[in-house]
Amino acid sequence: MQSDIARRGLAAALGLSLALAPLSLRAEDLTGTLKKVKDSGAIVIGYRDASVPFSYLGGDQKPVGYALDICFKIADAVKANLGLPNLEVKLNPVTSATRIPLMANGTIDLECGSTTNNAEREKQVNFTNSHFLTATRYVSKKSANLHTIEDLKGKTVVSTSGTTNIKQINEANTERKLGLTILPAKDHAEAFLMVETGRAVAFVMDDVLLASLAASAKDPSAFEISTEALSKPEPYGIMVRKDDAPFKKVADEATAKLYTSPEGKALYDKWFTKPIPPRNINLNLPMSAEMQKQFTTPIASPDPAAY
Amino acid sequence: MNYNWNWRIFFDASPEGNGTYLDMLLSGLMWTIATALCSWLIAFFLGSLIGVLRTLPSKTANAIGTAYVELFRNVPLLVQMFLWYFVLPEVVPTQVGDAIKQLPDAPFYTAVVCLGFFTASRVAEQVRAGIQSLPRGQGMAGTAMGFTVYQTYRYVLLPNAYRIILPPMTSEFLNNLKNTSVALTIGLLELTARARSMQEFSFQVFEAFTAATLLYVIINLVVVTAATYLERAVAIPGQR
Repeated sequence: MQSDIARRGLAAALGLSLALAPLSLRAEDLTGTLKKVKDSGAIVIGYRDASVPFSYLGGDQKPVGYALDICFKIADAVKANLGLPNLEVKLNPVTSATRIPLMANGTIDLECGSTTNNAEREKQVNFTNSHFLTATRYVSKKSANLHTIEDLKGKTVVSTSGTTNIKQINEANTERKLGLTILPAKDHAEAFLMVETGRAVAFVMDDVLLASLAASAKDPSAFEISTEALSKPEPYGIMVRKDDAPFKKVADEATAKLYTSPEGKALYDKWFTKPIPPRNINLNLPMSAEMQKQFTTPIASPDPAAY
Repeated sequence: MNYNWNWRIFFDASPEGNGTYLDMLLSGLMWTIATALCSWLIAFFLGSLIGVLRTLPSKTANAIGTAYVELFRNVPLLVQMFLWYFVLPEVVPTQVGDAIKQLPDAPFYTAVVCLGFFTASRVAEQVRAGIQSLPRGQGMAGTAMGFTVYQTYRYVLLPNAYRIILPPMTSEFLNNLKNTSVALTIGLLELTARARSMQEFSFQVFEAFTAATLLYVIINLVVVTAATYLERAVAIPGQR
């Protein structure tokens, strides 16, 4: 009996709050990032200094990139949503080690780079619609004549420590009994240097990063990327604070609108099939089938099987 | 702060597939300790030698000692790591270079040699300061007793000098221990490198670095305590 009254009371309260919801959508009830952006009059975009072509420092030390262009679109959507055309867009550099603390403490509102969206990371942050899909492959010297995973048997390979790629090559090594020596490197540039100097025969990494490293090498034609991939294509996403549904909604809508419009395709071509600053290298990475699907029906899932 | 604290993360299986995140950090700690101890052996003996060279009554010996110290303490440690790891194998004959590159655990050996040579330059300065702080009469007394230069250093000057410089040497030892983290740039999977990969995998950055900090503090406290006992054990009764 008592619980019945309580239930009815709850239902009434719910009904009331639902009825009031449309009224409370105005500025004074903004929460999370949208409120913070409105109060401070600025939205802060975190960028990486060397994630070519997603987010990096161009010729005049100004951050540029594919992910950054997408973030500017999100910032425009935030401006429109808040009705603040003069909202300031600030840029703040981040590294793989600082991106989480800076996002958590409110220094940055969007992280624009090449951050893989996976289930484990979704416990700490959320991601908007994936902007790129990349599979794990390896780059080696053309003279070594390596194309498949089997070709690597018994050889020394390198990967960047702390990445999902080094985990995958470790697993493949055990499962397929390849007998590899796997060296961890501090960052991508150094891992590539290890292949260049012969400390390792191959560098296992996201294929898009390999393409950019090879394209900017002294002699791009001396390197080739493996034909066989080690993983399903994994999604890159733009990071937003966790459990901030109103802000994520703005970001999701803005990115979905961009990706499904012809502008999305043009943006992709600008960074992946044409010469890019600062040295006018061309990555030559036409859109894959998975990417075309993602741009027709954008999703933000951390599960590679969903793409 | 919008952060999802999870202190139980240490007991979750790490994605590397061999144990938990805690095991990962502890394996990093082992590499840190191994690197620190091995490089300290080089630093102590080479540093003592260079320090003595700088106090000998020979111009050539002084010049060699000074050149060594200035070279190794003026080049940033990070640059030295890169020189040892990437440049050295290219300047030696190709066969030797290839052999170095194929060495298993190459980052470990490189880090030991690099840190050893770097810290030696700092130890050398401490040793020199210790010797020069002794009254000049001590060396003269040695000569008057008919000691050779070697004997004067071995039995008169160094035993006193080492006692004087024990506290700053403890600092050098601690510095050396923490400097091992620079070796993560050449791929040594020591404590800081492990904390970094833990935060990349799990995104639990504060937990990872808190644990690493605590581990560093604990080993440093152990070293400081041991040094205090050592100081007491070797003190000359009645001095000071």
